[in-house]
Amino acid sequence: MNDISSIEKELLAGREYTGIHKIEGPLAYIKKTHPVGFQELVECVDREGNIRTGIVLDTSDDVVVVQIFEGTSGLTLPDTRMRFMGEPLSVGVSEAMLGRVFNGLGKPIDGGAAPPTEKLLNVNGRPINPTAREYPRDFIQTGVSIIDGMTTLIRGQKLPIFSGNGLPHNELAAQIARQAKITGDKSNFAVVFAAMGVKHDVARYFINSFEETGVIGNVALFLSLADDPSIERTITPRTALTLAEHLAFNKGMHVLVIMTDMTNYCESLREISTLRGEIPSRKGYPGYLYSDLAELYERSGMLKGFEGSITQLPILTMPNDDISHPVPDLSGYITEGQIVFERGMNARGIYPPVAGLPSLSRLMKDGIGEGMTRADHPHLSNQLFAAYSYVKDVRNLASVIGEEELTPLDHQYLEFGDFFEKEFVNQDSHEDRTIEQTLDIGWKALSKLPVEELHRVTEDEIEEYYDR
Amino acid sequence: MDNRIIGHVKRVNGPVIEASGITDAMMMELVRISEGRLIGEIVKLAGDTAVIQVYEDTTGIKPGDNVYGSGMPLSVELGPGLIGTIYDGIQRPLEELLEACGEFIEKGVTRPSLNRDKKWHFIPTEGLTPGSKIDSGFSLGTIVETARVTHKILVPPGVSGTIISISSEGDYTVENIAAEIETEKGPIAIKFFQRWPIRKPRPVKSRQPLSVPLITGQRVIDTLFPLAKGGTVAIPGGFGTGKTMTQHAVAKWCDADIIVYIGCGERGNEMTDVLTEFPKLVDPRTGTSLMERTILIANTSNMPVSAREASIYTGVTLAEYYRDQGYHVAIMADSTSRWAEALRELAGRMEEMPAEEGFPAYLPTRIAEFYERAGYMIVQDGSEGSVTIIGAVSPPGGDFSEPVTQHTKRFVRCFWGLDRQLANARHYPAISWLDSYSEYLNDVAEWWETTSGAPWLKNRAEIMELLQKEVRLQQVVKLVGPDALPDSQRFTIEVCTLFKNAFLQQNAFDDIDRYSSVEKQVRMLEIILIYARRGAEAIQRGVTVVKLRHMKIVQDIAKMKLSISNDDITGLDKLEVRLERAMDQLESIYE
Repeated sequence: MNDISSIEKELLAGREYTGIHKIEGPLAYIKKTHPVGFQELVECVDREGNIRTGIVLDTSDDVVVVQIFEGTSGLTLPDTRMRFMGEPLSVGVSEAMLGRVFNGLGKPIDGGAAPPTEKLLNVNGRPINPTAREYPRDFIQTGVSIIDGMTTLIRGQKLPIFSGNGLPHNELAAQIARQAKITGDKSNFAVVFAAMGVKHDVARYFINSFEETGVIGNVALFLSLADDPSIERTITPRTALTLAEHLAFNKGMHVLVIMTDMTNYCESLREISTLRGEIPSRKGYPGYLYSDLAELYERSGMLKGFEGSITQLPILTMPNDDISHPVPDLSGYITEGQIVFERGMNARGIYPPVAGLPSLSRLMKDGIGEGMTRADHPHLSNQLFAAYSYVKDVRNLASVIGEEELTPLDHQYLEFGDFFEKEFVNQDSHEDRTIEQTLDIGWKALSKLPVEELHRVTEDEIEEYYDR
Repeated sequence: MDNRIIGHVKRVNGPVIEASGITDAMMMELVRISEGRLIGEIVKLAGDTAVIQVYEDTTGIKPGDNVYGSGMPLSVELGPGLIGTIYDGIQRPLEELLEACGEFIEKGVTRPSLNRDKKWHFIPTEGLTPGSKIDSGFSLGTIVETARVTHKILVPPGVSGTIISISSEGDYTVENIAAEIETEKGPIAIKFFQRWPIRKPRPVKSRQPLSVPLITGQRVIDTLFPLAKGGTVAIPGGFGTGKTMTQHAVAKWCDADIIVYIGCGERGNEMTDVLTEFPKLVDPRTGTSLMERTILIANTSNMPVSAREASIYTGVTLAEYYRDQGYHVAIMADSTSRWAEALRELAGRMEEMPAEEGFPAYLPTRIAEFYERAGYMIVQDGSEGSVTIIGAVSPPGGDFSEPVTQHTKRFVRCFWGLDRQLANARHYPAISWLDSYSEYLNDVAEWWETTSGAPWLKNRAEIMELLQKEVRLQQVVKLVGPDALPDSQRFTIEVCTLFKNAFLQQNAFDDIDRYSSVEKQVRMLEIILIYARRGAEAIQRGVTVVKLRHMKIVQDIAKMKLSISNDDITGLDKLEVRLERAMDQLESIYE
């Protein structure tokens, strides 16, 4: 950067304009400005002198488009003042933010003073160099059998919960946050919670759950609730992840990031996109939804030579339980697996109602087995998946020809399926099972099947664990 | 050379910049924006305005910033040192960027693609002396790049004439001069590396018909849906169906000389997985590390979208360069859908008229152009080389009727459709035997039959027919239950189940099963067919299907993939003898 332009920048930074040309939803259009940088931070001062924050979405030599996070209601065309700050939107982060509650832009809303700032960081972050990544392979015991046994969570993974309205995704997320043995050392562990467009009760539920277990001092909450301007939601996860990165890579902490609800986030993006008249792709969502979600999800993982890690647990509700809806679909292409909820299981009183077959953890293969969980784990989970998949076929068949017509073997499979769902999957929301317990229940379920049916486990494993 | 100002920024809209006051620019010219020197490419020219696609994050760029011209199109550097390196979409070496700017990629940071300090040992081609005539594409000499790859220093396309001087054997850096050639246009100095624009295919002498299969060691691929060297294949599948796993398996075990793996808009950890795993794995054919034949291009989903668009061209250009040296190269592009989406995003930003689902109307043309760069070629010096393209497709919602899958199907001749049901049952590779096809079947049949001595095409047809029959039978079973079927038909289902478990399913993490040699595949298929034929005969004589199912040998057949290694397949011969004997015994009871 040469001297002249940096001096010029300094002079122009903070230059203020009175009067807006046009307001449309959360977007303000200003004409005849100095050259304004793309994604530059803007302070918007309304008639009463309140300051709102915005960023530049589109810049050209005749008009600048500013997106205002707090919404535009109450702004007038002639009296609003716009101040261009000459730098991208940044957030001050520090360890002292743990135990506090913030809005989507990182301003405290719990009545306390702003915490001291250790570092000022650009909320958009920067892409991690793939060569700098450490491949995640440390098992996290969540105490939930279906997750530990079948879709194992790995430190540094991004594993979303695909849920639906009315399903207990919040309970499960809270249970994981409570029970996850990310590390033995408590002081080294933090939860960053980002709420986007969820109800007050939901936020309250999480806060209570954190308070109950006494981890609230290790939790930073970023709330942009259902009655906050929808536009604020687009920045909330970025602010939260910026803090998570600071805690993980500058402070060496193991951070669990819970983001709920990603569907609301995507809807806010769609809102802005339609307002700007962009060409939509599927269901009106912008064509860059994949890249935009990737910018969030990819901010997780571990780095070589760094102590900390970021594990993401995004929650999204599938509109109409449709897994092929763009939001779950694109998420599934980016995240490292998914935990899918099934309404039918919930109705049958099974908690957590995790559908075994579509759920998947991509990082599981390198994080389980001898020395990590138990030597029989990979084969056992594989066998359970295969058997459970056959159970689904048998159930379909039974619904057509009736249960009486089934072969004795198929009956055994049905029995296995019931045991698997009722004993293995089903557990109390405060029950914390060890991995050994989980695997042993898995073997108990397999013992309902004749030994010839077990193709995916070895003879030795059958010898040791199969209950004849 | 980058200090020539050719215009100024007028408007910034994400990765697309409009510039005005353009004086001297050409289409597809590489340009740099502002004092940060962000890399961009001119994609549209109109009067004195230009549209520039920028390969880096444009935050902070403002109207009035300078645009610098380079006078050349976006190009890659080709020379020794490519193998084993990981690049981003515009060929910036990521390992060096890590040293330069830390764990997070900064914008505006560039490093030369090829290491400028490393010395390579060059041995000139025998007989080349000052005064020798040489044509483009001929080798000036060789450099041992890795234990597996001997790099030929080629005379660049379009250059031919008389050698004025040629370097003697010794150690050189890529910037040293390999030879000077007197051409019609005057003397030209040839360095140890050359540049080539990524969007222009490198010239060859001629195309050859495809007749040699690319052996991947994956049974479902090699035996049922074979791919030819120089061919093209698409692997479509929804998330979690195992596209990346299949690509990795092929990249690890296929018999290509060079692998170019393009992570186009995919996960960062997947590239890290390749980076940590490949150096540890040993190529079963040469005994060298797999990394010694692999080039990685990583443009993960959170890296700039326009570089994602460029990444697959970068990859295919590197592949063509090695093809020109007489190598067989396989490209894995994971995933071409992300590339198509990058096209869509850029087209949207340029306010172009959309066609299907927001994709630009030129999408099929671009897909066709890309896949046509594959082929089995006679390269310029007369030797043979090939580029095989294996492209993953990620259809939204797993719906194969969407534009990218449909257009890709038009331009590839082999299709490995991944099936959600199979993936859910953890049947991997989840390549559907009903949706998939290969048009190379007859092209490679001769190779298979000469190599193995078995009636390969006939055997394959026999098992495919059984699989088709099974589908119809399964439909009946779904309505009336399996007991309603006669034993002969229940036996067909039995054989297909065995074939799926024992043959089609392959465990990528098992030391023996992850790769099957040609001989092993042929013998395994034969054994299953013997069981099918003898079993069908036995049933006609009155043997029940239950008896056949509970034969002890069936368990052994089911485990043969795991118990018999590629190095010693005599175990399969013994198994066959035992199978025949067991069948004889069974039948003798019913004589």
